[in-house]
Amino acid sequence: MAQDISSIDVSWIEVGKVADIPPAGARVVKSSQGDIAVFRTADDAVFAVRDRCPHAGGPLSQGIVHDARVTCPLHNWVIDLASGAATGPDEGCAGTYPVRVEDGVILLGLKLPAAAA
Amino acid sequence: MGKRKLVVIGNGMAGARAVEEVLARGGADMFDITMFGDEPYGNYNRILLSNVLNGSQYPADIVMNPLDWYRDNGITLHAGSPVTDIDRAAKTVRSAAGVHVSYDHLMIATGSRAFIPPVEGMTGADGQLRHGVYAFRTLDDCDGIIAKAKESRQAAVIGGGLLGLEAARGLINHGCKVHVIHIGKHLMEQQLDGPAGAMLRSAMEAMGVEVHLHKSTTAVLGDERGITGLAFKDGTTVECDLIVVSAGIRPNAEIGMRCGLTVERAIVVDDHMRSIDDPDVYVVGECAQHRGRVYGLVAPLWDQAKVLAEHITGRNRQAAYHGSKLATKLKVMGVEVAAMGITEPTEERDEVVQFTEPKRGTYKKLIVRDGRLVGGILMGDISKAAYLMQAFDRDTPLPEERLSLLFDIGAPAEKVTLEEMPGEAQVCNCNGVTKAAIGACVAGGARNASAVMKATRGGMGCGSCKGLINELVDFFCGGEAEEDPSIHYYVPGVPLSTTDLIDAIVANDLRSVSSVFKVLAGGKEDPSSKPGLANLLSTVWKGEYEDERDARFINDRMHGNIQKDGTFSVVPEMPGGVCTPDELKRIADVAVKYKIPLVKLTGGQRIDLVGVPRDDLPGVWKELGMPAGHAWGKSYRTCKSCIGTDHCRFGLGDSMALATKIERRFRGIDSPGKLKLATAGCPRNCSEAYVKDIGAVAIGDDKWEIYIGGAAGAHIRKGDLLCVVGSHDEALQVMGRFMQYYRETAKWKERTYSYVERVGLAKIKSIVIDDSEGIGDRLDKSIQQSIDAYRDPWLEGQQPATPNQFTSLVPAEG
Repeated sequence: MAQDISSIDVSWIEVGKVADIPPAGARVVKSSQGDIAVFRTADDAVFAVRDRCPHAGGPLSQGIVHDARVTCPLHNWVIDLASGAATGPDEGCAGTYPVRVEDGVILLGLKLPAAAA
Repeated sequence: MGKRKLVVIGNGMAGARAVEEVLARGGADMFDITMFGDEPYGNYNRILLSNVLNGSQYPADIVMNPLDWYRDNGITLHAGSPVTDIDRAAKTVRSAAGVHVSYDHLMIATGSRAFIPPVEGMTGADGQLRHGVYAFRTLDDCDGIIAKAKESRQAAVIGGGLLGLEAARGLINHGCKVHVIHIGKHLMEQQLDGPAGAMLRSAMEAMGVEVHLHKSTTAVLGDERGITGLAFKDGTTVECDLIVVSAGIRPNAEIGMRCGLTVERAIVVDDHMRSIDDPDVYVVGECAQHRGRVYGLVAPLWDQAKVLAEHITGRNRQAAYHGSKLATKLKVMGVEVAAMGITEPTEERDEVVQFTEPKRGTYKKLIVRDGRLVGGILMGDISKAAYLMQAFDRDTPLPEERLSLLFDIGAPAEKVTLEEMPGEAQVCNCNGVTKAAIGACVAGGARNASAVMKATRGGMGCGSCKGLINELVDFFCGGEAEEDPSIHYYVPGVPLSTTDLIDAIVANDLRSVSSVFKVLAGGKEDPSSKPGLANLLSTVWKGEYEDERDARFINDRMHGNIQKDGTFSVVPEMPGGVCTPDELKRIADVAVKYKIPLVKLTGGQRIDLVGVPRDDLPGVWKELGMPAGHAWGKSYRTCKSCIGTDHCRFGLGDSMALATKIERRFRGIDSPGKLKLATAGCPRNCSEAYVKDIGAVAIGDDKWEIYIGGAAGAHIRKGDLLCVVGSHDEALQVMGRFMQYYRETAKWKERTYSYVERVGLAKIKSIVIDDSEGIGDRLDKSIQQSIDAYRDPWLEGQQPATPNQFTSLVPAEG
C-alpha cells in the first residue's frame, strides 16, 4: 500500500471549508479508499493523510496536532503530516493525499475510480 | 456556668497534643487554657531533630504548633517560662518569670531531659555542660552542635541507642570523623538483640563511623582551651573536640515530687491519666508512670492524650488507658529496622523463628508465644513489618506456617543482576525493547534514561519497566548516568515543579495552555505536555480558564476511552456498582438500538458499552439519561463497594452508602493521575479497598480506616494507612483534603502509589491529618470550589463545545 498516490491522475473534490476544522484539529472524509484524515494545523496549513497509523491502524484524525505532525492516540507514534512518515525511532508511512485550498474551501485529490483497482 | 481554668505545664509534644485533643472535643468552650513551656518556641516535632541535625530539614519545618496556633485557639502561652512551684492546696502555679495563675485542672507534661552521666570534666564550675559538650534533646542543642561541628574534626557520641545513632548520622553530614561510644554489649539494646546489633555495627562502620563497645566513660579530657578527648575505664582514650551525650533520658518528675504527688520513676497515674493523689491533676507523656511503665516513644503519648481529653472534657468519663505495646520502624544510617516487643525469648514455651543473611545485612527474628507474636526484629528487609506490627499490636493468631511470617511466599524469584541479563532479554514488553538496544542507544551518546526512552520508545507503553530502564542506563553509563532534570517537573516541557508551576500560573494569571508555554517555556510548545497542563489549569482555575480543545487528549475531547478501531467506550456512572432495574433496561435498550458490539462489566463495577462511533456518542448519552462515569481521563474515576451492612452478615460499616457519597462528591475531579477508589464494609476487603488510590475499610463502631497509595495494576502495592475516621463525613473530608494536596503537588501521570512513596507517608499525614503547615482549610476550600465547578461533560452531546465535535467533515464519495 506504500504506492505514491500523488503521481496518479486525480480528481479534485470539495470536502468543506477550512473553518469547519478547528485549529490544530482534524476531520475525517469517508471515501471508497478508506477514511482520509484532513488536518488543519495551528497556522492554518492543511494536510490529508490516510486515517490509519502505520503502526496499529490507529485513527490519526483523533490525535493531538503539533506543528505539522500528529501524535497517534493509540500508542503515541508521531506522524509527519507532509510525508505521512513515522518520525523518531519508528518506521512506516501512512500515505498522503494531495490537497489544496481555494477561497477557504478544501479540495482533496482522489484517484480516478478507474485507477483505484 | 463559666469556663474552668486549665493550666498546662509543658509545651512539648505531649502537652500540645493533649491540648489539641481537648480542643477537638469542644474544649475551647469549656476551658480557659494557659500553657507554660521551658523553651521559647511553639511546640515542635522532637522526633525530627535528627533531620535538623543532618541538614535535611530546617528548624521551621519541624514546628507543629506555631505561635499563631496558640493565639487562634485562645490559649495563653508563657514560652521560655518554666513553672517552679505548684501549690495544690491553693490550686495555683508559679513560674520562674514570676507568673502566678490559679487552676481548676492541672496538666503536667514536663517530659524528660537528657541523662548526663556523672563523668569528670563533663560540666563546668556552674554545673552546666562545658563548651563543646552537648545533649541532643532540643532545638537549641541542635543549633549548638551544628555550630560546633563546623570547626570540629572528630566528634564522639556517648550512647549507642537510637538517638545516639541518629546524632552520629547527622554529624557525618557535617564532615566530622565520628565515634560512637557505647557502654553495652551491642548497639540499640532496647530494640535489637546481639546479632542484629552486630550487623548494624558493621553497616555503620562501612559508612565510616567508628563504634566502641563496652566502654565506660570516666573523663572528658582537655583544658580551658577546649576538650581534646574521652578517657575510659579500661585505660584507653579517644580523641575528639565535640561530644554529644545521648545516654538515655530522665523524666522531669521533680515538680511532682515537690508538690507531694507520688513519684517513683515518674509521676504515678491511674488509668484516666490522673495523678493517683489528686483528681484535678493530669499527667501525660514521658513524665508519667502508668502501671509501672514509663514510655519514651511518641505512639503511647498519642493514646494517653486521647484518654486524657475524653476524660477531662467529660466526653467519656470511663475512658481508660491500658498501656501501649511498643513497636518502632526506623532508618538508622540508611539501614531499615523494625522492632517490636521483647528482643529475646523469656519463657520456655517461646518459639524463635529466624533468618540471617549477613552478607546482605538482612536479619529477621520473631518470638512467638502461644501462636501470637510477642517480639520481633527485622533489619535490612522490612517488607513484612506492616503485617507483623499489626499482628503484634492486635495480638492476632499467626499462620501455622511460620515461614510466611518472614517472607512473601510465592513472590517472583529474585531478579537476575543487570550483568547476568542476556542482551536479547526484552526489557520493555509493550514496545519490544531489549537490553542490547538500550546498550546501543547509550553507546550512541544518550546519557540519561529520558533520552533512551525517547529514542527507543522503551518505557513509553504501560511504564512498568521504567525503573529497570533507569538501572540499565546507569549500568551502561558505568554508574554515571546524568539525571534528567525534567523528572522533577510537573510536565517535561515546562521546567518547573508542580507547586512552582501553580505559583507561576497564578502569579502571571495564565489561563490557557498556549499562554503557559509562551510565558514559562520560552514559547516552545511540547505536545506531550499539553494534556497535563490543560488538566492543571482546570485544577487551578476551576471552570475559569480558556479550554483549548486541541491541547486535550482525544479521550478528554470525546469523554470516552478510544478503542483500537477509533470507536469509543461509554461507561455511565454507577456509584458503588449499584443501579436500578430501570437504568439497566435503558442500558440494554441503547445497546440494542445503536448496535453496540460489546457490553461488558468493568473492573470498577460499572457497565461498559464498547465500540460506539464518535457520531453516535451524543445520542447514546442522551438516551442513557445517566451521568458520565469518567472512565477515560486523569481524574476521579469511580468508587467500588461491597454489599456493606444492609445484607452482608459480616459488614461492619455501610460501604455502599459511603461509596455513593464519595462518587456524588468527587465525580470528574481532575487529578494528575487516575483516582480509583473503593469502600469495604469490613477488613475482608471484598471490594479491594486496600489496593486502591484511596480506600476506606470499616472496622466497626462507625470507624473507617483510610488507606492511600494502593495499586493493583502494572504495579501492585498495598495502600498505607493514613488515619482512622469516625464518620462518613470525616472520611469525605480527609479524602478531599488528600486529593487536593495530591492535585497540587504530584507530577503529571504520577499515580498515588509512586507519589506516596516519593513524598513520604509521614509528610502526607502531617499535612492532611495534623495540618502541620496550616493549609488544611485552604485545601478543603479549594477542592470544594472544584466540586462546585463540576459540569457533566456528556451534556456537550446536546451543546457541542466545538463545531462538528461529534461529526465527520463530509461523507465524500471518491
